[in-house]
Amino acid sequence: MATLLKMTQDYAAMTAATTAVSPAAPSQIQVRGVEKIFTVGAQKIVALQGIDLDIRKGEFVCLLGPSGCGKSTLLNAVAGFQPPTRGTVTADGKAVTGPGPDRGMVFQEYALFPWMTVAENVAFGLQIKKMGKADIAARVEALLEKLHLQDFRNRYPKDLSGGMRQRVAIARVLALDSPILLMDEPFGALDALTRRTLQDELLRIWEEVGKTILFVTHSIEESIYLADRIIVMTYRPGTIKQDVRVDMPRPRDGASAEFNRLKRDLSQMVMEEQQRFSADEIRSVTAD
Amino acid sequence: MSNAQSKLSAASFLRGAIVPLIVIAFWQALSSSGLINPVVLPSPVAVVVRWWAYLLPSEPFDPAQSSWFLWALSGEMLTDAWSSLYRVVLGFAVGAGLALPLGLTMGTSDRVYGLMDPLLQVLRPIPPIAYIPLAILWFGLGNAPAIFLIAIGAFFPVLMNTIAGVRHVDGIYLRAARNLGAGRATMFLRVILPAATPYILAGARIGIGTAFIVVIVSEMIAVNAGLGFRILEAREFMWSDKIIAGMFTIGLLGLAIDIAMNRLNNHLLRWHRGLDSQ
Repeated sequence: MATLLKMTQDYAAMTAATTAVSPAAPSQIQVRGVEKIFTVGAQKIVALQGIDLDIRKGEFVCLLGPSGCGKSTLLNAVAGFQPPTRGTVTADGKAVTGPGPDRGMVFQEYALFPWMTVAENVAFGLQIKKMGKADIAARVEALLEKLHLQDFRNRYPKDLSGGMRQRVAIARVLALDSPILLMDEPFGALDALTRRTLQDELLRIWEEVGKTILFVTHSIEESIYLADRIIVMTYRPGTIKQDVRVDMPRPRDGASAEFNRLKRDLSQMVMEEQQRFSADEIRSVTAD
Repeated sequence: MSNAQSKLSAASFLRGAIVPLIVIAFWQALSSSGLINPVVLPSPVAVVVRWWAYLLPSEPFDPAQSSWFLWALSGEMLTDAWSSLYRVVLGFAVGAGLALPLGLTMGTSDRVYGLMDPLLQVLRPIPPIAYIPLAILWFGLGNAPAIFLIAIGAFFPVLMNTIAGVRHVDGIYLRAARNLGAGRATMFLRVILPAATPYILAGARIGIGTAFIVVIVSEMIAVNAGLGFRILEAREFMWSDKIIAGMFTIGLLGLAIDIAMNRLNNHLLRWHRGLDSQ
């Protein structure tokens, strides 16, 4: 009971912190006129077209859409893995030219190094930064504690469940202390209960450390549960269909009328795109 | 629990002994029947007696000469086994030591791969045994040509697997490492190399197997100690029991090497999905 009360207070504090971000806060990620064209054989696929996006410092933004809508492509452009065909991405005032530790990424496939233990995975980025041994040990310890991984520090990833692996991946990017966190369907491969636990932990951490989070998902509920803003994307060409602000206080109740009203609206938008995606798939099959 | 386990392993040991015992019994019956000349096929008992004599020190113990321990190891068989093992290890170290850096470079750089691959493709199908005349011409007799041949035997399996290992590194690890800020050296030493280890170790295992074949052959030609030399020498005296005792020892040494490699494998790949944690 006491912990429940404590949690409620935490969430109340978090809600206050979120609303404290004024609309005038400087944008931390700027996307301007981004276009991405993939060439597959003789076919040109316009994955992204005319994307303009401003994400403020400390904002939690979800990119939502069906498969093939370019949400991961946009995330990869911000991460610097795939430069856009046209347009620019700016993070923290610097043009993005490649991947870097200022934009920590959490992958759906976890991407932990299987030959390193949990603690070694978390320490890896800090060793690259040439941080002192004692400082690394202290920071790794703090992160293991934050993500409830203390008892797993000497395990290898193969001996961890999916949820535990994703905790390690989150600890690994948090270690970098980068202002921006990029997450590519990080909970997509987890079962529903583990997923909910990790969503809550992510919100708790986000509230504590105040990072800017760009989060890709195809789950409508996940986006409503987490985000300050939901960017709904269209299927080919990938454009921004709608930029939806979510003002509900956290923790958000999936059974509330407001939650469900938003869910209905978003479902309609996403399903329109999903239908175009399926139609395209069927067409490509019959064309063969 | 442990009692049940030991019962189980005792049972499986007994089951494993059935076929060898039948083969040996059949062999002994054949020898005892007197149908076969003992020079062609000596009896198992004669082989065991000879193997024991081969194992024991040839000189009587003399406290003035050496310690008891060194004396116990001074038998012909252990000296031979040591000579063979020494050549395998040294030859393998030379071959793998050259193959590993070359394989890593060829795996990461398409340019180096393009330069080196045609030559290696031509050399690779030449069996190490075919280098014997050249080895003797270049290095004369003794350990040098043997080690050269063994190195060639170990070189190609390690090389090919290292190249394959580097090329099969999952791109997700490279992406994650770049995202965490890894530079070229870190990427190579802490990501590509460990990610390629399962392949490299598989190559090392094939390589040491080849090295073991080549050591026996090269000892029959260029040196006057070692297990391969000993069985050829025994043939000249028509000691067929010693030939079989020597072959048995070669098998034991091969098994020991394989077990050692397996242990090393399990330790280095303790993180690997395919293995249970020890």
